Amino acid sequence: MTFAVVVFPGSNCDHDAHYAVEHVLGQQAEFVWHKDASLRGADVVILPGGFSHGDYLRTGAIARFSPIMAAVRAFADAGGPVLGICNGFQILLECGLLPGAMLRNADVKFHCEFVGVRVDRTDTPFTRAARAGQVLRLPIAHGEGNYFAPPDVIDELESTGRIVFRYANAQGETTDQANPNGSLHSIAGICNPARNVVGLMPHPERACELAVGSADGLVLFQSVVKTLADRGALQGAAR
Amino acid sequence: MRARVFVTLKPSVFDPQGHTIAEALHSLGYGDVADVRQGKFFELEVNATSAAEATRLATEVADRVLANPVIESFRVELADEVRR
Repeated sequence: MTFAVVVFPGSNCDHDAHYAVEHVLGQQAEFVWHKDASLRGADVVILPGGFSHGDYLRTGAIARFSPIMAAVRAFADAGGPVLGICNGFQILLECGLLPGAMLRNADVKFHCEFVGVRVDRTDTPFTRAARAGQVLRLPIAHGEGNYFAPPDVIDELESTGRIVFRYANAQGETTDQANPNGSLHSIAGICNPARNVVGLMPHPERACELAVGSADGLVLFQSVVKTLADRGALQGAAR
Repeated sequence: MRARVFVTLKPSVFDPQGHTIAEALHSLGYGDVADVRQGKFFELEVNATSAAEATRLATEVADRVLANPVIESFRVELADEVRR
């Protein structure tokens, strides 16, 4: 099983994602440069965190036009699992694969800390190995993670069960104190209608080993391995 | 030809930066500045043979790239010096 980690100029969590996939998960990971046109047959696509194009204009606004994004869109349209982490989530919003937009954090501060992230939906390829209601301890590192969408879009996300992750305290309660950036409805991550494209602001790839403070993020990567294995994409299983 | 594009957050969208600036102004004694909304301003140097064409081009790039229609609206105007 091969994970493509797309590298934009200014990505800085690409190596974290690559490391998590290869060294912790034991799967194959390939870097794909943003000017490439092909994902080279990857089974999973990760848009990593960072500051693509220096966050100029808006976060993700320029990365959206990178040549590789046509291939990412085609891969997503065909049902392939796509995970956007932090800046990768912002790119998914800008390119329209996910709805909404990011505002500056409500307190106008850059937040770099561990937060509680409640898994509300386990019916996505990146959460199916998690328990519904499970609170993951994951790091965040962003200045613009204040999720916004018009009321009709928020209603649709809620009614169709597309809010996958919410900021919550250790008890799983979505309080104002547990919401680090002012996101509407404590939204930390969402998915598309087909549920194969997931974006979240917290960094699961930076929380895959206890040595770095938490291994709670590993469940997202284990989930997609399980999903693809069940679909028969895991070549080892066929041998 | 020079076109100017003003991008602002829609009225329904909270502006944390504008709010922070307004609070700073209040603490400096400018209580009469009731509110601040922060936006972006772009000057585009465009190759166009008419004002209408320049406006159309600036409007297209503002809509497609410079503004995010989910949270922002924009206004295009041509600079006073129509030809340099």
